[in-house]
Formats: sequence, structure tokens, C-alpha cells
Amino acid sequence: MTRSAWLALSFLIMAPLAASDDISGDRQQELRNLLIQDCGSCHGLKMRGGLGPALVPHMLQGKSADYISSVILDGRPGTAMPPWRPLLSPTEARWMADQLLQGVSQ
Amino acid sequence: MSRILCCLLLAWLGGPTAAARGTGDLGLFIERASSSVQIIETSGNTSIGRIEGLGDLSHASVVYSRDARYAYLFGRDGGLSKLDILGAELSGRILQSGNSIGGAISQDGRLVAVSNYKPGGVKVFNADTLELVADIPAAFGDSGQLSKVIGLVDAPGQKFVFALWDAGEIWVLDMSDLDNPSIEKFTGIGRNPYDALITPDGRYYIAGLFGEDGMALLDLWNPAAGVTRILPNYGQGEQKLPVYKMPHLEGWAVAGDLAFVPAVGRHEVLVINMRTWQEAARIKVHGQPIFVMARPDGRQVWVNFALPDNDTIQIIDTQALAVIQQLKPGKGVLHMEFEPRGEEVWLSVRDENRVEIYDTSTFERKASIPAAKPSGIFFTARAHRIGL
Repeated sequence: MTRSAWLALSFLIMAPLAASDDISGDRQQELRNLLIQDCGSCHGLKMRGGLGPALVPHMLQGKSADYISSVILDGRPGTAMPPWRPLLSPTEARWMADQLLQGVSQ
Repeated sequence: MSRILCCLLLAWLGGPTAAARGTGDLGLFIERASSSVQIIETSGNTSIGRIEGLGDLSHASVVYSRDARYAYLFGRDGGLSKLDILGAELSGRILQSGNSIGGAISQDGRLVAVSNYKPGGVKVFNADTLELVADIPAAFGDSGQLSKVIGLVDAPGQKFVFALWDAGEIWVLDMSDLDNPSIEKFTGIGRNPYDALITPDGRYYIAGLFGEDGMALLDLWNPAAGVTRILPNYGQGEQKLPVYKMPHLEGWAVAGDLAFVPAVGRHEVLVINMRTWQEAARIKVHGQPIFVMARPDGRQVWVNFALPDNDTIQIIDTQALAVIQQLKPGKGVLHMEFEPRGEEVWLSVRDENRVEIYDTSTFERKASIPAAKPSGIFFTARAHRIGL
């Protein structure tokens, strides 16, 4: 199979995972709180940066939701960004990446 | 003329209706969600006022003027606010940088210093007017890149001491000559100092390191001896856990000759013998410690934790060097502040939107105050302590 076919196939498998319907309203509320309050500890409550970089939409331009969710899940070794995989599912990380790309409103 | 006199007389006679009161039992806590602070009193454990419009208050902290009437609030967005806690009003506010992390007040109370992430450095202001007195960019290396600054404290001799996250340096800024501030730099102190503290006597400055094991120690009585590494072998060869929140070193927990500090990325509190600066013990705790704070008498040490264990508090007996009590105040316990003589402690429980007050001998909850995502709690007793 060609590389692009593999990509297309993995997309088909991944896409349903990313649907926010899979995350309950209560859990979305929890994730939102986590994003603003706990990610906000380093990135700022308004995502304008702190110990970690700013995560407002224009700073994330050119970065895909997949890339952002992989950073959330696996962290950035050698920096203070921890891997969140022990606390978040891939679906949840993808949901948070989408939130960041849209802009986290207060 | 007589009309003006009349008005003045009226103003004097009918003037301030509030009874005179001291500020020794006052304090405030941060409300992150509403960009506000609540002013509280610890004699009756009540909230007595609120000041709003204070900007991004993630990681906000406070120092007090020496008359314990004004609080200087350092906000994440670079805001420096001067709050009149008696009048419950904002008496001054500037945006002094793009992104700041903390501050300190000078020994003589006339200067307020702020440590900034962006642009990295320290700015010093007149405590009365908030006018800029000195601007110290934290430039390092050949390219003159600016480092984020952390662990800013005051020290005797009208000094400020702070550490450079990106550069791995400790700087001592001497402001005793306002026109000619001098800086002494200590380089190569270790990778990524994340926070620092000064001992209550103002002698030892200790920076915790995120990028490697151990801590960096500077004896301000003997600066020529340079920075030495303590606990250098702690955790060597062990895999750290993911760190979901940076520990804080603000509360220097001392009991006799022992100091208690959080271990980075481990479920342990480290005990250091302050005579030898050797590790005296490791105490297993419930999660990764964030604040490790001693009750003012030093008999107990209270510990809160990073995610996913931030609903729990553990209390260590400093004689037994063991956990003697565990409390579950609720999700998101962010900070603790002891009343000046330690009979009660205030806890902010962020996700429950409450600040709670516990008796430190019975561990019973005494009172609860509604709050909008509360974080740091700061009492005026800090006004008279070195390094706070």
C-alpha cells in the first residue's frame, strides 16, 4: 500500500475518535477547567504564555490538531512540558487541541 | 470662605464612619476566575471586602508594605497593583511587562521589585508611586538573550536575589545606592532553577533545579564561597514522574535543624539537615508535593499535591518524620496559609470554589468562605518577615 493510502486509512480510523460527541458534557466541563486552570498554570489563564509558550490561535498557526494533541499526550522531553497520557485519552487530548486552535474563551 | 470651612467641618464631623482598626489580622486571597481579591480577617474568619479589575491572576502573589496597609499584587499579565486593604480599594496599578511571575519588597519598604518572564528581567519600582527606579534585563551568554526570572526575594542590605531559569544563574542585586544599583552574578548553578527561597534569617538562598537533581545554595554571609550544590545525588538514575505542576519553595519549612522541601517528580518530601546540608530523610507522601509549609511553631508540616492528587492534604509530624493525618478538602487544593501563630490554617480549594479554615490541632473544618477559583492566600504577618 502506498504511503498516502496508509495516511488516508489512518485518517479514517482516527477521525471518529476525535469527535467531541464521544466526550460527555460533564467531562468536557472538566477538560475545560483543566485547560484553563491547570494548563493555565504554565501557559497563562488566557493562554498568553508563562513558563510555557503562548497557545493563542495565531501562535499555533501552521500547527495541526494532531501535532498539538501529540505534544499534549507525550510532552516535550527536555522541557517542563509533561506527558499527559496518564491523565488524558487521545480523544480528550484531540478535543483540547481543537479548543486551543479555536481559542479558549473565558 | 465660610462655606468652605463649613464643608470641611462637616466632612470632619461626619467623616469616616468606619471604626478605626488595625491590619494585623487582615489578609487577602486571589480569585483567579474573576480577576479579584477578597479581603479577609482572621479573628472572626470572615470576608470583609473585594477588589476587582486586577487582570490575569494565574500564579499571582502578594507582598505587604511595612505598615501592613497596602498589598502589592503581582499578576501574570505584568500587572503590578497596589491595594489598600483597609479601604478595600485599588490605589494604583501599572502594566510593567508582558508576563510576570512574582515580586518582593525591599528591606526598608521603599522599593518593590517584580520578576518578569517577558521581557526577562527584574524591574524595581518606588513603593509609594509605582514609578520605575531600575530596569535589570536578565541578559546572559554571548548573544545577550534574556532569561525568564524566578525565585525573586528580598535580602538584608537592601538586596534582591533571584535566579535565571534559562541561564542557570543566581543574581544578587544591591539597591542600597539607588543611582548605582550593583549586581553580583553567580553562573553555572545548575539547569533550570524553577523556584527559590531564602531562610527566615536572610542568610541562605536556595534554588530548586528542574533540569537536574539537587539544589543550588548561596550563603549570602559568605558570597565569595560561591554557589554550592546540595543533595547532588538525590534521585540519580531514577526515572522521574511527569511533573504536572512546578513545586513551590516559598514556604521555607524549618523545624529545629531540619528543613523540608518538595522533591521534583517524586512522591516524597526531602528533609535536609541544615548544619551539614546533607539529606536527613525522605518521607513518602500521597503525590508530588507542591507546597511544603511548616506551621509557625515548626511542629507540623502541611503538604499539598500536583494533579491528579490535588484533592488531598497530608500533615507531617516533624519529630516523628512521618505523615500523621490526611485530609480531603476537595479538588484543586492550591495553597495554604497559616494564621500568624499557627492555630488555624486557610486552604484554597479551587475547583470547589471555596476557601476553608481548619484547626491545626483537631484537623476539624472551622469555616468555609465562597470564592471564585481561589488560589494564593496571603496574610499581613508577611509584612515583617524577610523573604516574604
